[in-house]
Amino acid sequence: MKGSLIILGFFILGLILGLTRFLPSSLLEGDFSIYALYLLMFLVGMGIGTDRDSWKVIREVNIKIILVPLSVIVGSLLGVSAVSVLLSNISIGEAMAVGAGFGYYSLSSVIITEFHSDTLGVIALLSNIIREILTLLATPLFVKYFGKLAGIASGGATAMDTTLPIIVRYSGKEYAIIAVFSGIVLTILVPVIIPIILKFI
Amino acid sequence: MLTDIIIVLSIMILGIGIGLFIGNRPKIIKIIGILTSFSIFLLLFLLGIGVGTNKQILNNLHSIGIQALILTIGAVLGSLICAYFTYILFFKKK
Repeated sequence: MKGSLIILGFFILGLILGLTRFLPSSLLEGDFSIYALYLLMFLVGMGIGTDRDSWKVIREVNIKIILVPLSVIVGSLLGVSAVSVLLSNISIGEAMAVGAGFGYYSLSSVIITEFHSDTLGVIALLSNIIREILTLLATPLFVKYFGKLAGIASGGATAMDTTLPIIVRYSGKEYAIIAVFSGIVLTILVPVIIPIILKFI
Repeated sequence: MLTDIIIVLSIMILGIGIGLFIGNRPKIIKIIGILTSFSIFLLLFLLGIGVGTNKQILNNLHSIGIQALILTIGAVLGSLICAYFTYILFFKKK
């Protein structure tokens, strides 16, 4: 939660500086954000590679656990496709790209901005932040009506870190490892699935 | 665009390989974490600038917020329904 506020803070700071044009035009027009994305992807990869605990979790789990992130992927993509009929200026493919953020708002918004448009990038940022906040607030309710995987499903990629405490609190300790596993799989798949979706729209 | 995607994914896979090679060194892991945060801050800051100078987005900020909310509701509800069936069929203790 604190992390998302800081990130939102940087976004708003940039927004204000952009609005007031209080910046040299070279910074406004130069497009070096793709290089920053390369750096970020490298670091995300290093983070995954050095995380021995995650690899151990993946090696130890029961095969049926793979159904959990799979449910999140299928559910998210079907869900956004369904509601995209309500949105006149968003195609199914664009909706699916936003949905494939699975709550990982920083990376999904950046990738969508680079590969598609600023507008859809902002939608991805807001939508996936809302997903995290909604999970933090409504997990008790979700678990009550949709079973013990509900918090993990709603949290998506955030189930491994920011929303893990609330998930464990309402689904039980035995679901912690499932939450971490599902979060890791989804986190790794965000930068893979979004570009594939954007390629085909 | 396809080449961009391949570049981005190759860079990530390279990072994973180097990360696996480096292994469990708390100091390096900590530095990676800090650098990751900073590059995210930088990118979101740049996205903010892009939005702040984009009249089309600014004029539609209200509708963008509503669209984001509707997409979130779709994504979360879809996930909850799928996870419900997965839970009932494979996880619930009988």
